[in-house]
Amino acid sequence: MNDTLDALLRLVAVLVVFLVLPLLVGQTEHKVMAHMQGRLGPMYAGGFHGWAQLVADGVKFAQKEDVVPADADRRVFQLAPAVALLPYLVVLIAIPVGPHGFVGEAVDAGLFFVLAVMGVGVLGSLMAGWASANKFSLLGALRSAAQLMAYELPMLLAAASVAMAAGTLSLPGIVGQYHWWWTLWQLMGGLVFFTAGLAELQRPPFDMPVADSEIIFGAYTEYTGMRFALFLLSEYAGIVVLCGLTTVLFLGGWHGPWAGSVGWLWTLLKTAVLAFVVIWLRVSYPRLREDQLMKFAWTVLIPVSLAQIALTGVVKVVTS
Amino acid sequence: MNVVHHNAAGSGFLSPTGVEITFVLVGLVVLGAALVTVTTRQLVHAALWLVVALGGIAVEYLLLTAEFIAWVQVLIYVGSVVVLLLFGLMLTKAPIGRSPDADSENRWVALGVALAAAGTLVWVVADAFRSTWIDVHPANGPGATAVTGSSLFRFWVLPFEALSVLLLAALVGAIVLSRRRPEGRDR
Repeated sequence: MNDTLDALLRLVAVLVVFLVLPLLVGQTEHKVMAHMQGRLGPMYAGGFHGWAQLVADGVKFAQKEDVVPADADRRVFQLAPAVALLPYLVVLIAIPVGPHGFVGEAVDAGLFFVLAVMGVGVLGSLMAGWASANKFSLLGALRSAAQLMAYELPMLLAAASVAMAAGTLSLPGIVGQYHWWWTLWQLMGGLVFFTAGLAELQRPPFDMPVADSEIIFGAYTEYTGMRFALFLLSEYAGIVVLCGLTTVLFLGGWHGPWAGSVGWLWTLLKTAVLAFVVIWLRVSYPRLREDQLMKFAWTVLIPVSLAQIALTGVVKVVTS
Repeated sequence: MNVVHHNAAGSGFLSPTGVEITFVLVGLVVLGAALVTVTTRQLVHAALWLVVALGGIAVEYLLLTAEFIAWVQVLIYVGSVVVLLLFGLMLTKAPIGRSPDADSENRWVALGVALAAAGTLVWVVADAFRSTWIDVHPANGPGATAVTGSSLFRFWVLPFEALSVLLLAALVGAIVLSRRRPEGRDR
C-alpha cells in the first residue's frame, strides 16, 4: 500500500504544479510585458501591483456563457480544449525536478514519452478549428497543423542528439550524465529545440495560427468562457513544459552549486529564466509570415540539427 | 534473443490476472473504435476515432511492457499520421455532418479483405507461439528501450537499413511526382 500512496502523492504534487506554475507564468507575462512596453498594465485588483488580476480574470471566464455555435460539431467542439490541455499535464509527470527520484514518475523512454505526448496537443487545435464551422478557425487549424509538421522534425533531431550524448532516453538519466561543457557542445541543438518548441506552442514570433490581425484568434475564435480559458491555460502550461524540458535536456537540470540539497531550486530557476525569455521574445519580435516560417524550418533548423547530430556523434566517438 | 520461454506452468487462460483482463478490455475498445472508423459517414469523426484506435494499441503495447514501441506508436501515428490526415481533410473542406459521397460501395469486398487479413494474422501468431508463455518484466525485459535498441542494431540492422533506403526512395519519388514540369516539356 505504501507504493500506491507514494504514487498518489506524486501525482497530486504534479497536479498542484500544473495548476500553479502556468498561472505564475501568466501573471509574469502581464507584468514583464507591461514593464517592457513602458506601461502600467493591470494595477488595481488586489492592491499591490494588481496581483489579483489573474484571479479576477479567472472569475470572469467562469461567469461567461459557454457558447457553442449553432452550426458547430457539438461534441468535437466541446472536447477540443481537454485534448489541448491534458497532454501537458501528462508530460509534466515525467520531467525530473531534482536528484534522487524527485520526479513524478521515472519513465524508461522518458524523452520519447514527452515528445510523443506533446505532439498530441495539436489535435486539440485541429479539432477546435474544424468543429467551429468558421473559416478563420479552419485557417488557424490548418496553420497549426502545417507548423507542427514542419517543427516536429527538428525538435526530435535536437532531442535525439542529447539522447546520443547521454546514451539514455530516460530524462533523469540524461540529467545525471550532464557535464557543464555539454551546454556548449549541444548549443546548436538547444537553440533548435527551443525555437521549434516555441513554434509548436504557437508563441510569438511563430504565432500565425492565432494571428489576431489576420484571422482573429485562429482555431479558438468561436470559444468563450471556461473553454477559452482552458486553451489559454494550455498555452501557459506548454511554456512551462517547454522551458522545463529545455532545462533538463540542455541546461543540466538540477546541476549547480549544492545540487544535492537545493537541486530542485536550480531546475525551477533555469525554467523561470527560460520562461522569461519566451515572454521577452513575444514583446520584442515581429510575427513571421507562414511561408517564412516554413522556409526557416526546412532550410535552417533541420540542417542545423543534423549538423548537431553529426557533431555529437564525432565527439562521442572521439571521447569514448 | 533473451526472451524467457517456458510452458504455462501456474499461469493459464482460466485464471486471468488484472493485466490480462485490462488487455482484453482495451482490445475491445480498439476493435470498437476501428469499426466506427470505417463505418461512420462523418469524415473527420472517422479520423478522430482512428486516434482512439491507435492510442488504444499504444496502451496494449504498454501493457505488454513494450514501452518504447508504445511511445513510438503515439509519436508517429497519433502525433503525425493523424495530424497529416486531418490536415488533408481540412484542405479538402470536409463538411460538418454526414458526407453522402463518402461511401465507395465496396463494403463487402473491404469486409472480405479485412477478415482474410485478420484471419491470416491470427493464424500465424497462434501457430508460431501456441502455448509458449513469454514473461514480460517491466525492467530489462524484451520491451525495455536499451534491449530494443541493441537488438535492432545488432540483429536487425540490415532490414532496418533496407527499410530506410525504401523510405528514402519513396520520399524522392514523392518529390519527383509533385514537382511541376516546365511548360511545353511534358516528357
